[in-house]
Amino acid sequence: MLDHKPTQKTLVEVDGLKLYFPITAGLFRSKVGDVKAVDGVSFSIFEGETLGLVGESGCGKSTCGRALLRLYDVTAGSIRIGGVDIAKLSADALRRMRPTMQMVFQDPQASLNPRMTVAGIIGEPLDEHTTLNRAEKLARIYELMDAVGLSRDFANRYPHAFSGGQRQRIGIARALALNPKFIVCDEPIAALDVSIQAQVVNLLEELQDRLGLTYLFISHDLSMVRHIADRVAVMYLGQIVELASREALYGSPKHPYTQALLSAVPEPNPEHEANRRRIILTGDVPSPANPPEGCNFCTRCPKVMDICRKVEPVSREIEPGRFVACHLYETTTTAGATAAPEASGANSLSTNNTTTQQGV
Amino acid sequence: MPDGANSVLYVEGLKTVFKVRGGEVHAVNSVSFDLKPGELLGVVGESGSGKSVTMMSLLGLLPSPPAEVREGRVIFDGRDLLQCSPAELRAVRGLGVGFIFQDPMTSLNPVFTVGFQIMEPLRRHLGMNKEAARKRAQELLELVNIPDAAQRLGDYPHQFSGGMRQRVMIAIALACDPKVLIADEPTTALDVTIQAQILELIRELRQKLGMAIVWITHDLGVIAGIADRVIVMYGGQIVEQAPVGELFARPRHPYTRALLQTVPSVLGERAPKLKVIEGQPPMLTATPTACPFRPRCAQAFDRCARENPARRAVGRGHDVACFWDFDSNGPVAAAESAANA
Ligand SMILES: Nc1ncnc2c1ncn2[C@@H]1O[C@H](COP(=O)(O)OP(=O)(O)OP(=O)(O)O)[C@@H](O)[C@H]1O
Ligand SMILES: Nc1ncnc2c1ncn2[C@@H]1O[C@H](COP(=O)(O)OP(=O)(O)O)[C@@H](O)[C@H]1O
Ligand code: SF4
Ligand code: SF4
Ligand SMILES: [Mg+2]
Ligand SMILES: [Mg+2]
Repeated sequence: MLDHKPTQKTLVEVDGLKLYFPITAGLFRSKVGDVKAVDGVSFSIFEGETLGLVGESGCGKSTCGRALLRLYDVTAGSIRIGGVDIAKLSADALRRMRPTMQMVFQDPQASLNPRMTVAGIIGEPLDEHTTLNRAEKLARIYELMDAVGLSRDFANRYPHAFSGGQRQRIGIARALALNPKFIVCDEPIAALDVSIQAQVVNLLEELQDRLGLTYLFISHDLSMVRHIADRVAVMYLGQIVELASREALYGSPKHPYTQALLSAVPEPNPEHEANRRRIILTGDVPSPANPPEGCNFCTRCPKVMDICRKVEPVSREIEPGRFVACHLYETTTTAGATAAPEASGANSLSTNNTTTQQGV
Repeated sequence: MPDGANSVLYVEGLKTVFKVRGGEVHAVNSVSFDLKPGELLGVVGESGSGKSVTMMSLLGLLPSPPAEVREGRVIFDGRDLLQCSPAELRAVRGLGVGFIFQDPMTSLNPVFTVGFQIMEPLRRHLGMNKEAARKRAQELLELVNIPDAAQRLGDYPHQFSGGMRQRVMIAIALACDPKVLIADEPTTALDVTIQAQILELIRELRQKLGMAIVWITHDLGVIAGIADRVIVMYGGQIVEQAPVGELFARPRHPYTRALLQTVPSVLGERAPKLKVIEGQPPMLTATPTACPFRPRCAQAFDRCARENPARRAVGRGHDVACFWDFDSNGPVAAAESAANA
């Protein structure tokens, strides 16, 4: 998938990425199948932008983010960061690349070593990847603490003495230590209280502006992604079903799953909620070990057609910069399918609906 | 302010304290509210604001020690639950009040079939025989839209998805036809499309069964969609109460107002920068003698440091615990709002 805008430079370019986890059984742990956690995704991230990655639990967001940093060995595909395909890099070459790409985790509690001081935690990557002396290192640690809004007085305290929001600041400071270009933020605010989430999101935005960072922002919070992301990719069962600019995606979602997902987000507005027509999906997400034939969404899609159960839709650019993987938008297929985009082409969520179904 | 008449549940001056090493945690302070027949009362507040402890205190569900319900009255069915014996409380929990917890996996027992877990309260509290209980259990699973209900009775919890387990929890809570259903963050652990299914189910069940519901959540969107009336908790206290439309249209507590401004939304205009509530929620180490929101409040003034504001009426069914008056944009007259006892 090529979503270049001529004015923008691509930093991360993912092509046909697959990440399967083997399922083993029996005494000799022989392989009996695969969990297709990420099953052929392609996208680019421009320098200095935030790409949002959304989707339901288990759809493969974290696996995708971790694969991008080669925290897993990939099953297939390429991941170019600054032109280098890190999917095929040797361990040594990868180690030299590490400083440029970092990760911020969901659970600030679990991701910080409880036996290390704040200074130790933030300084750890400096020990591993730099030759700074003690004084230089401490100066850098203080600089990082200032950058994320942590008082220098806290340098010798342990993580348990901090609130969730402060722990997340420690995690961000550590991620920044080596001046990375690219940061994967995996649900960085999910464990935080509503009133603290905005503090951390604003910090991430300020740092991006100041340091020119590029983010992959993984989240299941569609409202927050609308706030922080420039473009958004929607994942379902290991695949990207739609990718578009923030305005296009939230203004007029095209893929039936994106439409259902957005219509399910409760709005903090009672009047709107009372008059809203929702798309209630039936059933649950199928297992990634055994995805359905044809379109992955065909078991729950309100607009499913015969072809969907046989042929897997491919992602195509239906408007400049907007990619959708759905038979409804394939102009070359049957007549029924070509008519459908107009039927579903509602411009806002409040008017957009077809069937309201009761959940199973 | 709550009024006792015409309520299915009436709570007055509830105070719950935990004894911990090195002191006390005053988790719930002078909490008063009531629940009208058939209404859905939403309770919002961030983590640690005392939502769960309040509801668990009502039914004696907290381990003591460390918990101690120090003050208050909880009137249900003409008696004070805080004065009831453990056996009487068990009967109330079985028959009068249904409870749904946040995590369906920890509240369902993994070693018993789902059918057994639904039938157990029917046999114990209603004295049904096995046949009748099985029939009722099947009806209950059908009520919560589980397909092939008769077959699924023999399945174990791990054979159900997260959304289905939450439906089973709802079925169990509804088993003995309770007058009141208390749901503590029942959809927080669920995905948004599954949450939409559960919310739809609750709307449907309210129409069919008409019980009163207390729905605890930190999600203002969920509240906007299902609640009739809302209580906002902060630092172990109720800081605002209002009908749902009024709360969103005319919030009167600085915390409620800030909260409504800080959450982004998928519709409407997108603010270039999120509004932030600076600071942290308070540590509740003693009975508050000042307003608990004071360190984070843009309106705070000298009186807020000297007294803990009592709730005062600001509209029909609308009250707020704050010394600031947003209509005149100034402090309320000192006489109008006496200190919280
Ligand atoms: N067993 C306990 N021992 C000591 N303190 C406790 C205990 N249980 C709760 N608390 C304290 O009581 C206060 C209120 O807790 P509660 O669980 O009611 O909050 P909540 O609003 O429901 O939070 P959450 O949204 O995280 O569930 C908190 O300060 C909490 O730390
Ligand atoms: N180490 C692993 N071994 C086997 N399966 C895994 C492993 N990690 C993740 N999975 C599976 O991969 C799928 C996607 O997981 P994940 O990337 O964690 O999703 P998300 O972050 O969207 O919740 C899930 O079905 C999950 O169970
Ligand atoms: S390809 Fe078919 S099943 Fe898949 S999303 Fe499109 S219409 Fe629905
Ligand atoms: S009482 Fe004072 S500090 Fe408390 S919320 Fe009102 S204005 Fe703010
Ligand atoms: Mg994840
Ligand atoms: Mg709770």
